[in-house]
Amino acid sequence: MLETVIFSLLNGLVYGLLLFLLASGLTLIFSMMGVLNLAHAGFYMLAAYFAYTISLYMGFWFGILLAPLIVGLIGGLVERYGLRQVHQFGHVPELIFTFGVAFLLEEVVQFIWGRDQLAYNKPEILEGALFTLFGADFPIYKMFMLIVSVLIFITLFLVLKHTRIGLIIRAAVGHPQVVGMLGHNVPLIFMVTFGVGTALAGLAGAIAGPVLGTYPGMASGLGGIMFVVVIFGGLGSLGGAFIASIMIGLIQTFAIAIDGSLADVLALAGIIVTEETFMYDIWSTTMPQVAPLIPYLMMVVMLIFRPTGLMGARES
Amino acid sequence: MNKFKLMLLGASSLILSAGLPAATVQAENLTIAFIDALSGPFAATGLGSGRELKHAVEKFLNGKEVAGEKLEVEFLELDGKINPKESLVQLQNAISQGAKYIFHNSGSSVGHALVGAINKHNKRNPDNRVLYLNYGAIDPALTGSKCSFWHFMIDANVDMKVSALVDEIAKDKSVKKAFIIGQDYSFGKAFSAAAKKYLADKRPDIEIVGDQLHPIGKVKDFTPYAQKILRSKADVVMTGNWGADMINLAKSVKEIGTEANIYGIYAYGPGVSAVVGESGLGKLSIVTQGHINPPNTPEWAAYTDEFLAKHPGNDMSNERTVYGVQMLGEAFVKAGSTDPLKVAFALEDLEFTTISGDKVVMRGKDHQMQMPLQVMAHAKDGLKYDFDQSGYGVITTSSIPLENNTLETSCEMQRPS
Amino acid sequence: MSNLTQIRKAENIARKKRLRILWLCFAVILVVLPLLATKFGLTILTQICVASVFALAYNMLLGQGGMLSFGHAVYFGLGGYASIHLMEYVGTGGAPIPLVLTPIFGGLFGLVAALLIGSFSTRRAGTVFAMISFGIAELVAASAIILVGFFGGEEGMSSDRTMGPSFFGYEMIPQIEVYYFAAVWFFLATFAMYYFSRSPAGRMANAVRDNAERAQFIGYNPQKIRLVSFVASGFFAGIAGGIFAIQYEIVTDSNLNTAASGLVMLQAYIGGIGYFVGPVIGAIVMTLLNTVVSGMTDLWLLYTGLLFIGTVLLAPNGLTGLIMMHTDAYRNGKLSTLVKPYLIGLIPLTASFVGIISLVEMFSHRNEQTVGDDVMPLFFMNIDVSTSEAWIAFTILSLAGIIGLRFTIPMVRTAWHEANEALTLPASPTKQEGAKNE
Repeated sequence: MLETVIFSLLNGLVYGLLLFLLASGLTLIFSMMGVLNLAHAGFYMLAAYFAYTISLYMGFWFGILLAPLIVGLIGGLVERYGLRQVHQFGHVPELIFTFGVAFLLEEVVQFIWGRDQLAYNKPEILEGALFTLFGADFPIYKMFMLIVSVLIFITLFLVLKHTRIGLIIRAAVGHPQVVGMLGHNVPLIFMVTFGVGTALAGLAGAIAGPVLGTYPGMASGLGGIMFVVVIFGGLGSLGGAFIASIMIGLIQTFAIAIDGSLADVLALAGIIVTEETFMYDIWSTTMPQVAPLIPYLMMVVMLIFRPTGLMGARES
Repeated sequence: MNKFKLMLLGASSLILSAGLPAATVQAENLTIAFIDALSGPFAATGLGSGRELKHAVEKFLNGKEVAGEKLEVEFLELDGKINPKESLVQLQNAISQGAKYIFHNSGSSVGHALVGAINKHNKRNPDNRVLYLNYGAIDPALTGSKCSFWHFMIDANVDMKVSALVDEIAKDKSVKKAFIIGQDYSFGKAFSAAAKKYLADKRPDIEIVGDQLHPIGKVKDFTPYAQKILRSKADVVMTGNWGADMINLAKSVKEIGTEANIYGIYAYGPGVSAVVGESGLGKLSIVTQGHINPPNTPEWAAYTDEFLAKHPGNDMSNERTVYGVQMLGEAFVKAGSTDPLKVAFALEDLEFTTISGDKVVMRGKDHQMQMPLQVMAHAKDGLKYDFDQSGYGVITTSSIPLENNTLETSCEMQRPS
Repeated sequence: MSNLTQIRKAENIARKKRLRILWLCFAVILVVLPLLATKFGLTILTQICVASVFALAYNMLLGQGGMLSFGHAVYFGLGGYASIHLMEYVGTGGAPIPLVLTPIFGGLFGLVAALLIGSFSTRRAGTVFAMISFGIAELVAASAIILVGFFGGEEGMSSDRTMGPSFFGYEMIPQIEVYYFAAVWFFLATFAMYYFSRSPAGRMANAVRDNAERAQFIGYNPQKIRLVSFVASGFFAGIAGGIFAIQYEIVTDSNLNTAASGLVMLQAYIGGIGYFVGPVIGAIVMTLLNTVVSGMTDLWLLYTGLLFIGTVLLAPNGLTGLIMMHTDAYRNGKLSTLVKPYLIGLIPLTASFVGIISLVEMFSHRNEQTVGDDVMPLFFMNIDVSTSEAWIAFTILSLAGIIGLRFTIPMVRTAWHEANEALTLPASPTKQEGAKNE
């Protein structure tokens, strides 16, 4: 039992922190610009592909260094020449635009790199197990992912709390109009925010590529989970996004570790469920089956009862 | 209201233009449609087997002389996304473009949908029937309780493969615990049922310590599942996973460092063999059809060489694709026609020798191909063909002859009069 | 005074008459088209009918109500599932209901589902609504895999449309009968949706879309208005699901997942959400891309994405908007003055189009070709991608086209303005209004 808990905790943390890495950029963009960037997972995927190509020529480390920068640059350009154009029409066209970018990115990636899974591998030095616990290996690479995510979290936190830029960002989250009135170049801030946000997604993609696979479907499914993190955590709240990511990470891994269904619970109470029982499907559904569904349930419930999210200050 | 009129004009001209390109497509001698996943998580599998099929069709069917006429084959590739509904949409597109033979590889849920739809279509359109040549949807129900006259399974079904797989496991007396993991759909469930049934039959002393289904094509990180396998202290892991789900499972199982041996039916091929690599040597066994290493006959080696020269690095493990196309060619000649009804009758109990020297029979009773199976091991040495230029591939360790691999069927075939 | 009312009355009558003629034309087109089409064309036409109904239903939300939904396929899918269950029920001897009526049943099911979900999701508009709809779509799609009893799991639900009693000798066996079935429902649903958009409820939806607060001040509850639109939209989406269920006799989770929801948004937007018929145009274009273009090139999804992004950035009113830009010129009787500049502009446009598409296709062919297979068919030519001549030629063609466009665009623009200007002053505001409401 203990080993299950420890391992699920570790794996949940790794997954949760990766989600946070992704979602932190999204939160930043969402809180500053009010745009839920539906293409965020697309940038994540794009970075994995760039990192793969760069790693072929310059090695893994340059890959994870340069890929986020390139993706951040592309993100900035998308903001400058795309999003800004539709910004004047309101949030709905903006959402539609980012949806289009997401759609296009998936096709562009297949166009350039093909539809097969790429052999994007971790470097020799991060290969192998860090330690063995209860007979199970914990890979070095996962620890690496963990450390990078935590470092980014700390950096972002410090920047937001203790620098001038952080001050502006925090002000912009609370009162977007006022920042412009104070004489800051809002379009530039938006462009930079969007670039930095997508670069963070890019970093996540570059380091996740080797473990989660680099293929055209790698963004699908993740995008949705990321919105859950941002919305559940609350608008503009890095802390909220952090908590939400970890929660989802843990729930996903623990749900698979636990094999159980409502039928088992009912059995404890002496009620035996058979195939003839009314709504057998619901009673017999096991935790691993329900796991993918839980984040969305969390989001919908949160949106209905507390649209500001866990720690958010305002609605979109 | 002029706007409205303009709209209608625009709409009608657009609709009209829909009919025009369609008009140029028909009037072909023989149209074959391939419906499979050409996008999404399983695109690599679908595209790879599509190239194999296309090559075989060009090699064995195009230009073949049937009843004094040379066949001219048109090959349609349609994206069914291994989704039953998408596949039926594509089936209708294929049929209306004149396809008479539908080939399909991945996804038993798609297989069931295609059988159902083709049954209905052939009943309603006796003058425009189609045949379904299935070389990968191997849920035994397709040649059992749900068998159809219009469907032919050109692969051993799950029961046949798992029965052989369990025979292989049964040889190892040290095995005490088995863990079954599979994708949550008809095929995964059939695999799990067969594994349990044959383990109980052949090695009742083996305890089943896990029977896990996971969502198909959606799990990105299998670590929690690998963790579960490790915790169960299983000696063997049995899995029917294929494509991306097999690659990612292998990745996680390898990473967590379990000692369990893996027994699979698709645990090889592009992606998988390279990922498993060194750590899988001596630990990964597969029961499947075909002769990759060593290629059984010079013809088969030459065919593979030619194919790989055209498509470097492509999957060439779906040898049954070639059987299916060869067999269809034989049936055309036997029937003296490409009419699906005549060809279907000609296919029944058709016996022939495959390019790799196996004797196979299309059993008329249930349209299940009876074929020898091979036990293969993940290997590094002695390979003529590896996957992904990784140096790793599979090598045949033993063969299961056709006689030992014949199972009864529950099929009650409805034949057209 | 009485003079003015008389003029208005006369105008009204004239408009109604024109409208009646339009509906008649629409019906005639639906009846006649399949007679000209091939078998494949017929399949495509049936698909267009289903897609159009769904896209129109979707636009009741997005275009008329200003609510962006990322999960509207839920109601399409639920309507479809319900229809399949009805077909099974009838087929197994449950009740002798003619199956041509199936869509109404699917619609009612979609309506009930929309009422249940809409009761809380329509409380807010904008991003919150979009995200709730997305979350619910994910939830329902995931449940569709788990709850095998109703949804059939991964395999979905299938049935047989011919099992019911025949409807005046009409059994929906051949494709042409299925087409007419779909076409009749397409016509009925379009008719109903058009008059819904003209009803007070539809008008109020426009008001809430444009300014919810103002609508509230005059005494309307925006949430209720949104709910009404939402429920009506769910009803018609369910009808579309019912037609689909009859055509393909299968409904799976991919009918109601977020990808399906995204597709319908694409259709509505490409067609133009500001116009009643916009979604139909979008549905036609997308269906053609999905069937005809996908048969010609593997890159059709890439082109779809480009078309969509292009629409969002360059033509926010969609393809319909591009056509409607010419109503004033038409009224001014100056449409003919545009023919020449347009034709001139078309030359560089075609050049750049052919050039760029060729380059893209050649790149893709070079990546995925079989070894030694260098020649590919392209725009009725056979191009050898291994030679640099082909690449240079198409690059020059694209560049020449783009440079040409730089010169022709200002010319076309001036011509368009001139054609519109003549007597636009009084017409201009009505055009704006009309564009919004239609």
